[in-house]
Amino acid sequence: MRNVLIILAHPNLANSQINQALLNAVNKNDKVTIHDLYSIYPDGVIDIDDEQEMLTNADVVIFQHPFYWYSAPAILKEWLDLVLQFNYAYGPKGEALKGKQWLTVLTTGGSKNAYSTEGHNRFTIRELLTPFDQTAHLCGMEFLPPLVAHGARNLGKSPERLKELCEQYQSFVTELQQDDFDSNTVNHLDTLNQRWEQ
Amino acid sequence: MEHGNLLFDAFIYLCAAVVSVPIAKRLGLGSVLGYLVAGVLIGPFVLGFVGDQTDVMHFAEFGVVMMLFLVGLELKPSLLWKMRGPIVGTGGLQVLLSTAAITLFGMYLGLIWQQALAIGMVLALSSTAIVLQSLQEKGLMKTSAGQSAFAVLLFQDIAVIPMLAILPLLAVSSPELLVNSNSTHLGETGWIQGLVVVGVIAAIIFGGKYLMNPIFGFIAKSKLREIFTASALLLVIGVALAMQAIGLSPALGTFIAGVVLADSDFRHELESNIEPFKGLLLGLFFISVGAGIDFALLFAEPLVVIGLTAALIIGKFLVLFVLAKSNKLAKPDAWLFSVALAQGGEFAFVLFAFASTSGVLPTGLIGLLTLVVATSMLLTPLMLIVNEKYISPRFATHKKEHRDADVIDEENPIIVIGFGRFGQSVGRLLLANNISATVLDHDASQIEMVKKFGFKVYYGEGESAELLHSAGADTAKAIVVAVDDVDSSLNIVHMVQKHFPHLKILVRAINRLHAVELHRLGVNDIERETMASGAELGAKALVALGWQSNIAYRKSRLFKKHDDKSVMELAAYNGDENEYISKANEAKRLLEETLKQDTHWPHEADEHAWEKPGKLK
Repeated sequence: MRNVLIILAHPNLANSQINQALLNAVNKNDKVTIHDLYSIYPDGVIDIDDEQEMLTNADVVIFQHPFYWYSAPAILKEWLDLVLQFNYAYGPKGEALKGKQWLTVLTTGGSKNAYSTEGHNRFTIRELLTPFDQTAHLCGMEFLPPLVAHGARNLGKSPERLKELCEQYQSFVTELQQDDFDSNTVNHLDTLNQRWEQ
Repeated sequence: MEHGNLLFDAFIYLCAAVVSVPIAKRLGLGSVLGYLVAGVLIGPFVLGFVGDQTDVMHFAEFGVVMMLFLVGLELKPSLLWKMRGPIVGTGGLQVLLSTAAITLFGMYLGLIWQQALAIGMVLALSSTAIVLQSLQEKGLMKTSAGQSAFAVLLFQDIAVIPMLAILPLLAVSSPELLVNSNSTHLGETGWIQGLVVVGVIAAIIFGGKYLMNPIFGFIAKSKLREIFTASALLLVIGVALAMQAIGLSPALGTFIAGVVLADSDFRHELESNIEPFKGLLLGLFFISVGAGIDFALLFAEPLVVIGLTAALIIGKFLVLFVLAKSNKLAKPDAWLFSVALAQGGEFAFVLFAFASTSGVLPTGLIGLLTLVVATSMLLTPLMLIVNEKYISPRFATHKKEHRDADVIDEENPIIVIGFGRFGQSVGRLLLANNISATVLDHDASQIEMVKKFGFKVYYGEGESAELLHSAGADTAKAIVVAVDDVDSSLNIVHMVQKHFPHLKILVRAINRLHAVELHRLGVNDIERETMASGAELGAKALVALGWQSNIAYRKSRLFKKHDDKSVMELAAYNGDENEYISKANEAKRLLEETLKQDTHWPHEADEHAWEKPGKLK
């Protein structure tokens, strides 16, 4: 079974019903490590050694966070700046992350329709995640389509839809752990959610 | 000492101290009582190892002189100036009222007024040695009760001077002695005497302020430790002699010298050099008081002695209590203050002897009164224990409020034990975030004030489960142990783990070893009291050297994390425990180990943080 590391970046987790529900769902799986950056580094001082060690041991890295300003909360950017070092993550000797998979799990305020050429956010989620996609690419990681909890506020009010999303998340993590799915079947998708909509 | 065998006597005294003091401490009785009991045991009335105590006591009284020098060292002039109100007000009233009360009682018992007044003055004084030593040992000097007691004792020291002048004037039997003693003490006319006194005190202040620093610096450079010790002793003895020569109390003189030197660079050096001498001499003094108790007289007239002792203690207690109340001391403080000072003092031995030679008091009466004073001194540590165990706790629980508003009282989710510098920071943060805390502290005055801000407060040390129970520990979620004493802190943690296992325990660690012991007890929410602020200032030091402040801060935080981790590793270390944790003298070795580790701090990856180019991995 492969190791899954969830890097969680949420500055106010207690108020995020969706993120909590998602975490509870995947926490049932063995060999899933939930690494809550804001709780481990309340002062934002990230320990590079600790983080790299953890990252090296993981096979799949999931970045779970709200989609603040079309990106991640500040601590995750700091994390990327510090941890993904030259000759660790990239560069002539930087092969520590090569072949690992990268999954972004997002919660957004806006609806699915808002993230389209016609919508008020003008770009698709996948387009907006380009910097993360390229970061993964430079590190030799495989960037999977993101799993998105759209309209987080409304989602909290419909338990069935939230439950469904949680189950999808959990079953996908299981697949990742057992390495029994073909990423070619999802790579063309804008979001991973579409996999279950087809 | 009349055996002439100094070594044998020394052996007996040391033996008595070494055997009885640790036992007394272990039994929670305090060292003073240990010494006193040791004295009784080796004295002429039990085992008879040592004889007449007069010489020993005179010698040992020098311990009191040293003690006041040390107290002075702790007290900066500005602080002393702030205390002038309590010293003159409370101290003055205490001496006046106690003198008056005892004088009247003496006259009621049929003494002529001169004798009654002489006795009144002498017995108004309390025992600096016993009070200060007991309060220091219990860590109560900084409380308002301790401070008030100290102010009174200081005034009493000053009051001895006029007493020495007045006593001869009260002589009735042999007035020719009056002239004699007058010539020794007030030989010159009054104003010349006054000038001499002012001159000598000015010399002490001037010398202490301007001469001692360079002189000690010069001596310290010789790097001969014993010479520094010798010069420290020389200073104290010199000042004491000078004061004696002009007829002032040596203790007062060395106290002034101490205050002057409180700002000196060599303050700690002086402290550590004088401390052991003071300790031993005070011990010797207590032993000699114990050995000097005249049990023959006690058994001959038990009722008289017991009655007079009780009258003395109760009388002084009442005066003190009235003063404490009028000074608005909180109840537990008032009790502590009044119990602590309600005895006769060592000055009584000197002054009675003086009164005898001046012909003021007959020898028979002096024997009886000396016994009463010694007995009251012997009883003081016991009364302090009774006060601590049975009287103080009664003020702790605020019983009435508790019953009226049971539910509300117990809703506080967190208890803070110890509200000194550290506990205050914790409590204030909680208060600022609208979290009401229950606070426990042994300084009642502090606590009364804090109450106004919505804290629920209890008076006490927090070491007893009952107290914590009434403070709402059963329903609270967490407890912050912020006391400033390692032993007391560990006792509290043990007790909480045993009686309130549901409480999350957070502890202020005094030092590294304390932190290690806490980890071993399974307490991991620890903050070493100076580590965080030291690391913060260290970051500022890096900034001062030109580092960018965010990087300096980062280094400081990472360093603290590394250090916290090494403490945890030390706690997990399973080898010979004594190798690391054998006590204070190991602190140096521990530091060495720590410094060694610091030089190997593995933070290579961090060297390249934020794209700083570094060597390839």
